[in-house]
Amino acid sequence: MAIAPPADRMWWRTPVARPEIIWIVVSFLWGLVMFFTMIYWHAYGKQNLSNETYRTTPMKYSAKVDEMVGKFQVRDDNGIPVVRPPAGGDVYMLARTWMWYPHIELVKGQSYKFHFSSLDLQHGFSLQPVNVNLQVHPGYEHVLTFTPDESGEYSVVCNEFCGLGHHLMLGKIYVVEK
Amino acid sequence: MVATPESLPLPAAHEEPRFRTCASTGLKIHLAAQTLIKANAVTAVVFLAIGGLFGLLVALTRWPAVHLLPADWFYLVLTAHGLDVLLLWIIFFEIAILYFASAVLLGSRIAAPRVAWAAYALMLIGGLITNVAVLQGGSTVMFTSYTPMMAAPNFYLGLIIFAVGALVALGVFFGTLVVARDERTYEGSVPLVTFGAITAAIIAVFTLASGAIILIPTYLWSLGLISMPDPLTYKLIWWGMGHSSQQINVSAHVSIWYLIAAVVLGAKPLSEKVSRMAFFLYILFLQLASAHHLMVEPGLSSEWKVFNTSYAMYLAVLGSMIHGMTVPGAIEAAQRANGYDKGLFGWLRHAPWGNPAFAGMFLSLIMFGFIGGISGVVLGTEQINLIMHNTIYVPGHFHGTVVAGTTLAFMAGTWLLLPLIFQREIIWPRIARWQPYIFAIGAGGISLFMMGAGTLGVARRHWDITFADASMSFSYPPAAFLMMGLNGICALFAATGGIMYILTVVATVLWGKRIADGQAVQLASPKARVVTEYGSIEHPKIPGTIILTVIFFVAFVLYYYVNWKYLAEVWPMR
Amino acid sequence: MSNQEHTNERVPVMQRVLDNPFLLLFLGVTMPTVLYIIWGIIEIAQIPVAP
Repeated sequence: MAIAPPADRMWWRTPVARPEIIWIVVSFLWGLVMFFTMIYWHAYGKQNLSNETYRTTPMKYSAKVDEMVGKFQVRDDNGIPVVRPPAGGDVYMLARTWMWYPHIELVKGQSYKFHFSSLDLQHGFSLQPVNVNLQVHPGYEHVLTFTPDESGEYSVVCNEFCGLGHHLMLGKIYVVEK
Repeated sequence: MVATPESLPLPAAHEEPRFRTCASTGLKIHLAAQTLIKANAVTAVVFLAIGGLFGLLVALTRWPAVHLLPADWFYLVLTAHGLDVLLLWIIFFEIAILYFASAVLLGSRIAAPRVAWAAYALMLIGGLITNVAVLQGGSTVMFTSYTPMMAAPNFYLGLIIFAVGALVALGVFFGTLVVARDERTYEGSVPLVTFGAITAAIIAVFTLASGAIILIPTYLWSLGLISMPDPLTYKLIWWGMGHSSQQINVSAHVSIWYLIAAVVLGAKPLSEKVSRMAFFLYILFLQLASAHHLMVEPGLSSEWKVFNTSYAMYLAVLGSMIHGMTVPGAIEAAQRANGYDKGLFGWLRHAPWGNPAFAGMFLSLIMFGFIGGISGVVLGTEQINLIMHNTIYVPGHFHGTVVAGTTLAFMAGTWLLLPLIFQREIIWPRIARWQPYIFAIGAGGISLFMMGAGTLGVARRHWDITFADASMSFSYPPAAFLMMGLNGICALFAATGGIMYILTVVATVLWGKRIADGQAVQLASPKARVVTEYGSIEHPKIPGTIILTVIFFVAFVLYYYVNWKYLAEVWPMR
Repeated sequence: MSNQEHTNERVPVMQRVLDNPFLLLFLGVTMPTVLYIIWGIIEIAQIPVAP
């Protein structure tokens, strides 16, 4: 029994039944398939997370954000600037308690170099309804390229708890046809 | 059982350890160990009651139509819920299991009972300090307490004291293994259940050490003595505790599956070698999955992410898949040998479904495999994590592992522990009989509906998914609200099952009919006898298990690739 | 069962490994410490400063 020492002192030598051997082989191969699927996706898939990251400071990062807002602001949403950076350009997203700053307007089908960092706590960038989710850290600048492939109004929810106003944190990304 | 000389040479200063022999199992039980098992198990159940109540409040708040608590209370209660069930309920109960699997199953005295009591006191004091810190309101930082968010110093201090206490208890466990070996209380290798407990204990050492290592500097920071621990490094090491503590659970509840199958049905593992190697894969690789929480983090390479998240090419998943076949396989072989040999599933139909230990164990096995296991691998796939990270899919997954898997298995184990260790007859057998089913419906439901809502983007740890007070407007799809409502209903089932468990256990411990020392109780199903295999060794007759295994495998593969398809539909990113 | 000392059959190596909890403890702590924690900290430490 499983609650008594093995009856056969040399239990290692007891042969293993065929169904078990087959299942072990199948499970092992399935593990390899799943492992190499991730690697395959890095080579051929279209959704991979960039590893490009830099150390930064809240001051240094907000200076970049402010510079972008100054150059490319097109309007505002209840006082929050909406910026429209040039296609292929840099987009600096700032997370802070409890807002995403600024709001962004993008052109469908164009690629943008997004930068993410936080001014204070950790935040979660959750793009809805696309459902892409990233962790945003203070002190680190994460850089990745997005290519929005459908136009519409997208919301950025914060999905990392960041204090009592966490559920108030809601940003916007607009994707337009032209 | 191997007969042991009653008097063994012991260190002179110690009093002679006192034993009793269990009339039901023939196990020789050290009375000091028995008391320690009782204390740790009872404390665990108390924390389950507290943490479970907090969990119900969380679910009722996230039920859009009910939305029970105000925001500040919601976040506070959610912090306490995670702390009390994920850490305190689970680890107190695991310490009870470790003492049982070492001292009781090996027929040994427990090493250093006084030290074990000191460990218990530290764990209890630590747990209480942190609970008080949370309830005082200055430590609403979630169970994860990511820096730069700062809790009151006592929040960290309590956790550190708890971790140190649990590490000391692990020392007692390993000490007991040495005592049993030196005093030759058993011959050959330890039983498989003890081996599983060793696996759990090893993972627990890494878990608690990681916790202590990261929480000590965080504590000093909260006192203003040192600068803030780097948020990314904090998160890396914290998950060495946060995720690995759930890997202790996996090892412990798999051991409980084997234990219950053995006690109730006389099932014997199909192969000692295969089952132990599966545990060995856990020891080597299971803890790497701490990386599951860092898949969309900046600053860690894809190489690190892919290697760690896949437990080194899914070798620990291989271990789980092996147990997933060998546990039902052992049950089927035992049932067939016991005479239930009709058809493919006659063995399963005639299983003792009225015995809550068996019912809980088997439901735990099925739900852990199909819900918790499969979703865990999918969620932990590097790229697929992009469409799930920090959505309520994540709690959906881990309620499938920790609630439907571990908690249900521990509850099932309790129905054996009450007669064997507490020596009490279960006071309300009819409630106990229905408890596993009610709890399983609830636990399975909350897991599935949270996973469903997460697939639709709903954020975890979020007070208001209608964003009523936000400056902008946004709404999740109506289906997401439906899922959150169904989650609330299932939480009521889980809570009912939980209350049935807690009341029955507490009443049994206090007022259950005493079982005298020499009196045997009927634990095993009437026909059970110890069986190892049915059919020949090359062709054991386990066709039912093979079919269950094939169904599981097909579900796994389909669900895995369906999620790749979902991923392929989101914005291209690189 | 108890006449093992009289047989000269050696216990297979892998069985002896699995029978040694402290060797297992060493492996079980070292593997995640090296592969998860140390490798991870090295990567974090190598993150360059933003231009």
